[in-house]
Amino acid sequence: MVATSPGGSLFDRLATLLEDEVPVALATVVEGPGIGGKLLVHRTDEAGSSVQGTLGDEGLDRVVVRDALGELAAGRSGVRNYGEHGEAREDAVRVFIESFAAPPQMLVFGAVDFTGALVRVAKVLGYRVTVCDAREVFATNQRFPLADDVVVDWPHRLLDEIGPELRRRDAVCVLTHDPKFDVPAIVSALRTRVGYIGVMGSRRTHTDRVDRLREAGVSDVELARLRSPVGLDIGARTPEETAVSIVSEIIALRTGRSAQALSATDGPIHD
Amino acid sequence: MREILGDLARWRGDGRRVAVARVVDLEGSGPRLPGAAMAVAEDGEVAGSVSGGCVEGAVVSEALEVLATGDRRLVSFGYSDDEAFAVGLTCGGTIHLFVEPLDW
Repeated sequence: MVATSPGGSLFDRLATLLEDEVPVALATVVEGPGIGGKLLVHRTDEAGSSVQGTLGDEGLDRVVVRDALGELAAGRSGVRNYGEHGEAREDAVRVFIESFAAPPQMLVFGAVDFTGALVRVAKVLGYRVTVCDAREVFATNQRFPLADDVVVDWPHRLLDEIGPELRRRDAVCVLTHDPKFDVPAIVSALRTRVGYIGVMGSRRTHTDRVDRLREAGVSDVELARLRSPVGLDIGARTPEETAVSIVSEIIALRTGRSAQALSATDGPIHD
Repeated sequence: MREILGDLARWRGDGRRVAVARVVDLEGSGPRLPGAAMAVAEDGEVAGSVSGGCVEGAVVSEALEVLATGDRRLVSFGYSDDEAFAVGLTCGGTIHLFVEPLDW
């Protein structure tokens, strides 16, 4: 089902959807007849979508709506070529599809000093950040004003709830370094498809935690998914430096790059 | 374009005319991905960026011209320009920008 929704300029509609964190794609004719024509597309449920605007041709609109939903699901932006009425393998019309995917999520477990710095750095990188700690004196909005959500609960219970929506681009950072909270949180995080699980602690804490995780039934393959101790070795000491070390590791893991100094390596800087 | 949405809304709310340049495609190495955007208001105020600072100056001129004529256009900046001192990307890539007035 495709519904056309009226009202307001396309730009206003786009701004409203993004404010509401709705994933949306904007298609624009950048070359050919109807240059500047626009379509705004977003999912309303599994099978339905809402469409506003037009590229100037019904056939073209139909094909681009389908492609835009595909690009949005993949989080891709780029130019596609079509015939005037949406024909494949023609290039009379070039359409730029810009995907505004929902921001990646970061869950930070443990409302400690390091958490505040990590929240700030993660917000700079565009994450939607949730802080979770079972201790209500620590998990407050006042302490983490930049966090999108501050949840007073056990981390594993929060993960049972929102774990299924986590993907490869999302991150879980366990900063509690208290086995009572860590072990169930890590076990639950390992059940999700989250791309990064970082766990803070000294080498000694790490060794002790590995033993506890094994006792809890975690396999070697699962243990290999953990980044523990958390972060890159840049000599970080302050909470802010540690936060930079953590997000640098998250980026390097996502891109599959070496995290060495560029001055010590060859090859392209951008893929 | 997400990063400059606030500026766009505010400028438009003030009744200023605005042009938007968006990276739609790139070949080879380039600092910003498709979707990176820059806005130029009619009085020359700028928000956002489309490269590492290599072509922003030229984009301002393009944007002001788009505002003057109302014509939307694709503009490309590459390294292998004929003029040795032409505006281009020092990293060797080519970026394609779509420049248009914010009239939608």
